[in-house]
Amino acid sequence: MHFNTLTSPHLAPTSSVAGVMRQVIYALVPGTVAMIWYFGWGVLINLVIGVTVALVTEAIMLYLRKRPIALFLSDFSAVVTAWLLVLALPPLAPWWLITIGVAFSLVIAKHLYGGLGYNPFNPAMAGYVVLLISFPVEMTTWLAPRMLAETQLGFLETLTAVFTGQLPAGISWDAITAATPLDSMRTQLGLNQTIDEIRTSPLWGDFGGKGWEWIGNWFLLGGLWLLYKRVINWRIPVSMLTALFIIASVLYLSDPDTHPLPAFHIFSGGAILGAFFIATDPVSASTTPFGRIIYGASIGLLVFIIRTWGGYPDGVAFAVLLMNMAVPAIDHFTKPRSFGHKSYGD
Amino acid sequence: MELHPHKLWHFHGGLHLPAHKELSTQLPLLPAPLPAPLPARIVLPLQQHIGEPTQVLVKPGDQVLKGQLIAEAKDYVCAPIHASTSGTVIEVSEQRVPHPSGQRAPCIVIEPDGDDRWTDELPAALPDYHELDGATIRQRARACGIVGLGGAAFPTAVKLNPQHPIDTLILNGAECEPYISCDDTLMRTHAHDILEGLRIIRQATLANTCIIAVEADMPDALISLRNALGGDEVDGIRITSVPTIYPTGGERQLIKVLTGHEVPSDGLPLDIGVLCHNVGTAQAVYQAVAQGKPMLSRIVTVTGGGVKQPRNLEVLLGTPMAELIAACGGYTDSVERLIMGGPMMGFALESDEVPVIKSTNCILAAAKNEIAKPAPAMPCIRCGECARVCPARLLPQELYWHSMARDLDKTQDYNLFDCIECGCCAYVCPSNIPLVQYYRFAKTEVWAQERDKQASDIARRRHEFRLERLERIKQERAEKHARKKAALKQNKDASGDTGKAAIQAALERVRAKKAATQVQAKNIDNLTEAQRRKIEAVEKRRQEKQQTK
Repeated sequence: MHFNTLTSPHLAPTSSVAGVMRQVIYALVPGTVAMIWYFGWGVLINLVIGVTVALVTEAIMLYLRKRPIALFLSDFSAVVTAWLLVLALPPLAPWWLITIGVAFSLVIAKHLYGGLGYNPFNPAMAGYVVLLISFPVEMTTWLAPRMLAETQLGFLETLTAVFTGQLPAGISWDAITAATPLDSMRTQLGLNQTIDEIRTSPLWGDFGGKGWEWIGNWFLLGGLWLLYKRVINWRIPVSMLTALFIIASVLYLSDPDTHPLPAFHIFSGGAILGAFFIATDPVSASTTPFGRIIYGASIGLLVFIIRTWGGYPDGVAFAVLLMNMAVPAIDHFTKPRSFGHKSYGD
Repeated sequence: MELHPHKLWHFHGGLHLPAHKELSTQLPLLPAPLPAPLPARIVLPLQQHIGEPTQVLVKPGDQVLKGQLIAEAKDYVCAPIHASTSGTVIEVSEQRVPHPSGQRAPCIVIEPDGDDRWTDELPAALPDYHELDGATIRQRARACGIVGLGGAAFPTAVKLNPQHPIDTLILNGAECEPYISCDDTLMRTHAHDILEGLRIIRQATLANTCIIAVEADMPDALISLRNALGGDEVDGIRITSVPTIYPTGGERQLIKVLTGHEVPSDGLPLDIGVLCHNVGTAQAVYQAVAQGKPMLSRIVTVTGGGVKQPRNLEVLLGTPMAELIAACGGYTDSVERLIMGGPMMGFALESDEVPVIKSTNCILAAAKNEIAKPAPAMPCIRCGECARVCPARLLPQELYWHSMARDLDKTQDYNLFDCIECGCCAYVCPSNIPLVQYYRFAKTEVWAQERDKQASDIARRRHEFRLERLERIKQERAEKHARKKAALKQNKDASGDTGKAAIQAALERVRAKKAATQVQAKNIDNLTEAQRRKIEAVEKRRQEKQQTK
């Protein structure tokens, strides 16, 4: 009897790129739902716009690059990129802002570098930084979480705002927007207020900004599930959050008046989302065991430095992109010792 | 080397794979030969081992008996072949053999006569092996054609001749690949033979400690060995259960698990005082030494969803695999791929018309749902899962990258040759990249490059030598010329007109020669008077004639 031959191993592989990406999307769901809950329909509308633009852009790029469209569209990597970028945008971001961001992420940061697996920079963060630098006003017009907002926009009102930039009559932008906790912390510290004074403001919850502090928990939940499912490795998130926590603790203990609680740093802005979903993007992160510790810890450190002494309230995107650049060097110098060798260079 | 009793170590990576061993262990071992009649053809490849091929001793038409030597080992790293049953040699030709390349190789084809008659020239049984020396045991192992039965088929006699003292002798019963259960079966049914074989190998190598390693999911084998030994640790022989992690059965991995020591990358287990043999090899050594039986059969697992009655069989070497499948009830409808070895490291066969050879531990007739469907490979997303599971602690994603780019120097910087091709990386790869395939490719490229380099080195050396020689000849000639010139010049200076003197000397020489040649005719002595007168008369006439002229 005649048989076809293929090379070993013959057992079917247990995972797939599409499977990995799908699990990342599942893990994003709790945090996303929390954001919709606190910030309204805008988050969901942005997400639909972002994912649609991503799929269309991806298909066009695959067509232009003569790659199998169905195979690569169904790997969901474009969806993950768009999803992560959208979560970092203000909930009432205009549609064109999302479109530019997603298109930049996929066309410039991903496909022009060679597509899936070849991008040296995290595409979502590259898109985010482009938007942040190019459209600072739109990018910093955040909504107040539901418990602080004077009024909440309905679905159609939100849709109108996203596509036309018009708010319903009688509602001003001031009534629905508010500075993010990191932004307000930065501004208040700049006005020489102490942490205790800042925390008397109604914006503040138990350890971070009201509403904001709980969103991080939901992303944490998804992140822990990814760890449990072994989709991501513990080294990057743990080292990043640990480094952030340690340096925040040191400065908080040295001067509690001008440095917020370490927990504030962890549960504000993009720290949790960044640690579990962005810094762990396998393509642009370090791959060696020790390299991942260095990579994660450096991001944590950079986030703190940028937040505390830099020009922007949050620094996750910048920190991730900076460390993306360092990945080839980190990987080169952190090769593990192979079996039967004395050291990795041996 | 101190052996910490009962402590086990870990190696990096590895996989927990579904074992599927119960498939083939439900039915008992079917002893040799296969149910009568014997196969119509026995095909014995001349090379069933690692090393040099054997030299044929028979020709078509020869009658052979079971156990008769039919191909001898001339080289050191070689193992002879014996007829596995009696019959007639019908062919010595190229036949299909189980090899990843699917190529044909020289084989001896025997048509069995059905009598299975033994030769009477078998080596003597040596039941009192305790009194034997290492050399005798080695020679016996060599004469009986024993090779390592764990899969590599390295001639055992070579391994029984250690160049360093052996501290620990390990019998590898950690059959870590899924589906395979031939060692498990052997341990369950032939524990006594294995232990005796172990003692013989220990006698030959003078090892201090012996460890038999059995995987944790083979409790019956463990009990059987324990009963045969009379305990867990008797007389310096210890039976140890090792965790079921693929690839614990890899020699280097097993040594690490049992001793905590890593075999140096460029060395052998011997370098750290360890020697490792498969349990099947120990049984074969026992049969060769204590019973005087050459290697004629082995236990083969026939399993997978593609065969109706998976089981273990003791099979005569040279039996076509199709006969084994038939003995196991034939194929099921869902059979998709035929694999020799396990699903992780075995290779797919094109046809079942290939013989069982010394290294055939398992024939896996895999059903569609048991194996990977051919699917397109996606780009590497650098997830690093491969590095997490790599038992050699390599960075498979980097090796892949540089193999793909054909940057062979870089692949060696990343220790390409430490890859044992276990397949863990490819198994966990979400992008479905045939990683092992890339490493094999890179390895063969490196070998080819090295061969080319060697050839070009030789050519270069030869060319350089030639140039050197030509230069030397030229120089010597020039020197000779110069010397001659100098000598001539010296002569001229000494004798003034050398030319004339030479002519003079030559004339002198001619004259002397001429004088010497003017000889007297010798037959004018002792003449009779009449003769003398006659001569004088002739002489007178001649002179008169001259005068008249």
